[in-house]
Amino acid sequence: MKKTLKKEDTYYENIIKKGYSRRDFMKFATVMTAFMGYESSMVSQVVNALETKKRIPVIWEHFQECTGCSESFIRSDHPLVADLILDTISLDYTDTLMAASGHNAEEAKQESMKENYGKYILIVEGAIPTKNEGYCTIAGRSAVEVLKESAAGAAAILAFGSCSSWGGVQAAHPNPTGSVPVDAIIKNKPIIRVPGCPPISEVMAGVVVHYATFGTLPDLDSMNRPKQFYGKRVHDSCYRRPNFDAGLFAETYDSEEAKKGYCLYKAGCRGPVTYNACGTMEWNNGVSFPIKSGYPCIGCSENNFWDNGPFTERLTNVPGMGIEATADKVGKIVLGTAVAGAAVHAVATNIAKRKEIRDAEKRGEQNEQNIKA
Amino acid sequence: MTTTTCNYKRVYVWELPVRIFHWITAFSIVILVITGFIIADPPAINANVEATNSYWFGYIRAIHLITAVVLVASSVFRLYWSIVGNQFANWKNFIPYTKKGIQNIIHVLKVDILLMGDRDHDLRNISIGHNYLAAFSYFLMGLLFILQVSTGFALMADTSSWWLPKMFSWVVPLFGGDILVRYIHHFSTWIFMAFAVIHIYLVLFHDYVEARGEASAMISGFKFVRLERFRVIKEKFEEIKGKIVAVESDEEH
Repeated sequence: MKKTLKKEDTYYENIIKKGYSRRDFMKFATVMTAFMGYESSMVSQVVNALETKKRIPVIWEHFQECTGCSESFIRSDHPLVADLILDTISLDYTDTLMAASGHNAEEAKQESMKENYGKYILIVEGAIPTKNEGYCTIAGRSAVEVLKESAAGAAAILAFGSCSSWGGVQAAHPNPTGSVPVDAIIKNKPIIRVPGCPPISEVMAGVVVHYATFGTLPDLDSMNRPKQFYGKRVHDSCYRRPNFDAGLFAETYDSEEAKKGYCLYKAGCRGPVTYNACGTMEWNNGVSFPIKSGYPCIGCSENNFWDNGPFTERLTNVPGMGIEATADKVGKIVLGTAVAGAAVHAVATNIAKRKEIRDAEKRGEQNEQNIKA
Repeated sequence: MTTTTCNYKRVYVWELPVRIFHWITAFSIVILVITGFIIADPPAINANVEATNSYWFGYIRAIHLITAVVLVASSVFRLYWSIVGNQFANWKNFIPYTKKGIQNIIHVLKVDILLMGDRDHDLRNISIGHNYLAAFSYFLMGLLFILQVSTGFALMADTSSWWLPKMFSWVVPLFGGDILVRYIHHFSTWIFMAFAVIHIYLVLFHDYVEARGEASAMISGFKFVRLERFRVIKEKFEEIKGKIVAVESDEEH
């Protein structure tokens, strides 16, 4: 994929060169505008940007990951989206997809980073192990070293997937490799979290296109996630939500009620605590998403989702208190101790304060005697 | 001692706003705990109805949120009253930062909690309003209440357009996600329940042992205070030539 296209091309020129018609391009621009959450009046602006803006070079680093994010990414439902990512945005380096290998690939990356210093987008997939560089060494260099080098010249960093956003499965208890998310290592660059295990392909593409078209980072929430995709809980856009408000709950995900479309809240659905676009964008060309397919959301785009099991139960385990110690169990012990303490104290009071109470009673009895008359 | 009866005076300890606040708090906590547990683990009523025809779970959540707002408003008022209210309502009672406060806590721990004998029989040790340990426990519950309110509003913030919940949207990033925030909110409920048990028990304990109207004081506002106690205070105040606590009796009890 090296140097088949000139880097100076605009997105539009590039798309036309690839053999797509202007109509395809317009469709693509419209789809992307919708993905980014803008109204239709913005289409012309997106078109204009894609026609005039130079393509942005992208370096995609893979660390401790399963390549699931890449897999999701290349399955964007719109063919142009996939093309956009793989060719149009000039993906200069990605371990799993580039044609070049070995020293050539590394040289190409170095070259691109030097040429586009301060301009390229760095996409990071996977968590970064810190305990031992042996856990993830690429071309003889540790993941931390590679990340620091690539981040140095990046205009912005996109953390694709839960691993690079939060640590993900790699950083789950007991985190044997000491894995950390990107923002634990890189402090001086804008980092956009695009969490999910994996994230929805259109969401990933949407973030890239937003930066490509407008040259600015999208609006971010307090956890640095793009608001247009992570502004709502899965729960808030879930098609089963009316059942939640109506109090129609399925006890388990394989029950008759679950089939009827009852809310999976009691089956441990993490929708109410998970910020993602699954409910609106859905997966695989808008075919479905986990809840629609009958399985409760596991909250894969949330921090620490892997440690917040079991997935099919509402309450999660108390960290560090054993597998079975849920909050309610600990709570019952606290409450039970209070009740037992009060009961013991009540008995002890009657013993220890016996004299005091008896004396008071005697005085009272005397008063009672005097009041006759 | 055993043959002489004591004389008591009726003292207006809990002003009406304090009592109203107390009962709003009490009923709110009951409502919040009940609705909270229903929200945490709703009963699966698999009636043969369509979602369109029912909204009970939505109402439960509405009750939970409205009650929370009422409790917050009432607490804000109570904070104001801790400045303008009487000496027993004052905020200074709730933080044991004085030597007197710490001594009182030690006394209460010894005599009321560990049930040790009271050798001195110093009348000043008998509290008229809150004892310092109880008051400090309310202060701690106040802190827990702040945690409960912040986590609750933080969970509400993202779907609310109101500024009040929005004010707490920083809490979620602080704990790293809704899951942990929800968790803290859920677990704190148990501490409120345990507190309620201990609080009610100790009220009954004081009423039983001391018989000074501990329980009914939160209804009438009055507590009974030994006559000698007034003299102690009076002497103390006369020493510093300050104002004298009203001892003129217009009522005899």
